[in-house]
Amino acid sequence: MLLALNGRIAGISGIVKGLLPPDGATDAAWRICFVVGMVVAPWLVGLVTGELAVPAVPGNGLWMAVAGVVVGVGTALGGGCTSGHGVCGMARLSGRSIVATLTFMATGVITVFVVRHLLGWGS
Amino acid sequence: MMRALAGLLAGLVFGLGLVISGMSNPAKVLNFLDITGTWDPSLIFVMGGALVVTFIGFRFVLGMSEPVLDTQFHLPTRSDIDMQLVAGAALFGIGWGIGGYCPGPAVTSATLGGWPTLAFLGGMIAGMIAVRILQPRSLSPATIVR
Repeated sequence: MLLALNGRIAGISGIVKGLLPPDGATDAAWRICFVVGMVVAPWLVGLVTGELAVPAVPGNGLWMAVAGVVVGVGTALGGGCTSGHGVCGMARLSGRSIVATLTFMATGVITVFVVRHLLGWGS
Repeated sequence: MMRALAGLLAGLVFGLGLVISGMSNPAKVLNFLDITGTWDPSLIFVMGGALVVTFIGFRFVLGMSEPVLDTQFHLPTRSDIDMQLVAGAALFGIGWGIGGYCPGPAVTSATLGGWPTLAFLGGMIAGMIAVRILQPRSLSPATIVR
């Protein structure tokens, strides 16, 4: 849909990154609107179903901040995340995206294994 | 203006997909990644479904001469697989495994997930800016090809 109308790939890390300094995108308007649409979505679902889907996070603020930094650095270096590489890139049969997706799936599984089963943290 | 509206609608649909499928919930994502424990394979169908829809959709869309609201498509042009790509993706997976959020679900949950979610988003934004500053000649993600 975004590609058909705006000619853009719906990669979330890229859309967010394009809003940040030092780039300060000239095309910030549609990016901001995309983010607003995403943020509104769970409330709309809550309105329709009468039940807000509150996310359950695995750790406290510090734990999540560390995770956030790693995700931010990783997606910026790797040029994409689950939506950009995993869905849009794979759909274009991009070699880079296939390699990236296999890589982050693998390290994600390994990380959860280490955290939950070797270290025994979290639920 | 129309482009902003299109962005809003696309973001809304994207967010709805994440919420309805459960992908915006870190607990579910971590169970998806926990193949030796409390494995919840249902998100395979979410990502697989998204991939199939996108695959077919892109075939149609890229057959158009130009997008409806722009004069050209903005697509990544790089095809080289380098260390930066692999290292970045590896790091991203680690962060995903720690926090259970990837960027889309974290943004979607911004107003519902409380302080830990905002902490994640703050960290993510800081990480992105840090890379961009330390590496000014960074890969330009979207270059026009057609």
